[in-house]
Order: sequence, then structure tokens, then C-alpha cells
Amino acid sequence: MGKDFVFLLFVAMTIGGAAIVAFAKRIIYNAFALMLSLFGLAGLYVFLSADFIAAVQVVVYVGGIMVLMLFGVLLTTKLTDVKLTTLKNQRIWAGITLGFFMIVLGAVIQRAPWIVTHEELVHDPQSATIGELLMTKYLLPFEIASVLLLAALIGALFIVRSEHK
Amino acid sequence: MIISLNTYLVTGAALFVLGLLAIITKRNAIAVLMGVELILNAANLNFVAFSRYSADPNINGVMITLFIFVIAVAEAAVALAIVLNIYRNMQTVNLDEVSSLKK
Repeated sequence: MGKDFVFLLFVAMTIGGAAIVAFAKRIIYNAFALMLSLFGLAGLYVFLSADFIAAVQVVVYVGGIMVLMLFGVLLTTKLTDVKLTTLKNQRIWAGITLGFFMIVLGAVIQRAPWIVTHEELVHDPQSATIGELLMTKYLLPFEIASVLLLAALIGALFIVRSEHK
Repeated sequence: MIISLNTYLVTGAALFVLGLLAIITKRNAIAVLMGVELILNAANLNFVAFSRYSADPNINGVMITLFIFVIAVAEAAVALAIVLNIYRNMQTVNLDEVSSLKK
């Protein structure tokens, strides 16, 4: 079925991109693989009928955070000698432990008796509801998030400012 | 049926594990930050999946995901500012070489 195929494509994009982030040696490959992974996640949000989140995912992550990351990569590495060596033993042990952890998580997910809905998806746009909730039920978290963003902005500027006048 | 809650949860778990692996094994501070972003996204996926598939479908998971976006942006901006400052002072972003407090 076409829908299942597209869904699996997005899952493969997400997990494959994340795997390249975890295993690739060059930092620039990591950055672009992260972009692939975040795009795949936006597709998964569409399948969850969370249209607003999917759009925000592309705008904020792919457009914002990824550009920031690429700036960081290009400003701090010399592209000729960027073999990201990790400590060998550390890598093996981390792989073994986290592989085991993944198996446990997968088993728990498969066996847990989730109470799920069997209703069909509603494809109404969510943005109107989200906007209303932001101004009523979630007003205080919304204001706190604005203050947090302002503080992070000022803090980041303060940290990177030039010392000498 | 392939499109089910379990598929989303397994995808989220895989994202979390791979992000943790990146955090543990990378030496470059920016690669570690990418692992943090992966873990935040795994949490987001679980929130949205549960909010869509719960017995009483609601939009609260989507709202929480929006606030996680805000926190992720603030974290990335401040963390990258710190990394750039470390690079300016020590000419490296490898975490095992930034150890001047130990000397």
C-alpha cells in the first residue's frame, strides 16, 4: 500500500539519519544527517495529523537550529583534518550497553497493554485550537517561554561578545 | 497495520538510543549537541504519538511539544555560544582537551 510505503520511508529517514549522526566520523556528515532525520520526523508528524507541529519542525529545526549548528561546525573545525576519533573501548562498550537498552525498550513497548483509540484520524487543521489554547489554558507557560527565550537571547549575546572594547 | 502506536514508540526509542550513543562517544562538542537534539526529538515524537493515540485523543501532547521546541532553541543558542567561546579561548572543541580545571 502506498501510504504504508511512504510512512516506512519517513521512519527509515528518521532512524537512518540518526544512525549516521551517531556513527559517522566527519562532523559535517553528522550535521547533514541530522537535517535528514529532522525532515523525516516532520513527515511522521504529518502521519500523526499534527500539521502545525510538522510545519514548525521544518521551520525551527531545519531552518533555525540546523543553520546554527552548521555555523558552529564551520567556525570551529578545519575541514581538512576532521576525523572525529572516539576512544575505541568507550565506543564498543557504549554500543553494547545501548543495544541491550534498545532491546529492553522494544520489548516493553511491544508487551505493554496500551489503551489506544480506534477512531479514524481527523484531518482538521490544528492551528486554530493551538492558538486558542495558548491564550487560555496555556497562557502562563506561554509567557514563561517568552521570558525564557528573551533570557537565552541576551545570555547568548553576552557570552559571545568581544572582550576588548 | 504498520502505522500504529508501537511503530512510533519504537522509532522514538531508536532516536533516543542513537542520541545517547552520540553523546557518549563523540569528542566534538557540537556532535554532542546534535545527540541532545535527537533525544529532545525522541521525546517530542512520543508526546505527539501518545496524544494522537490515547483513548481520549487530545491536543495536550502537541502543546507540550511546542514548549519543548522553545526550550530546544534556547538550549542550542546558549550551548553554541559557549562552544564558540571555548574555541576562541582554547582553539579546540574536543571535550577531552578542554580540561584546564583539572590542572
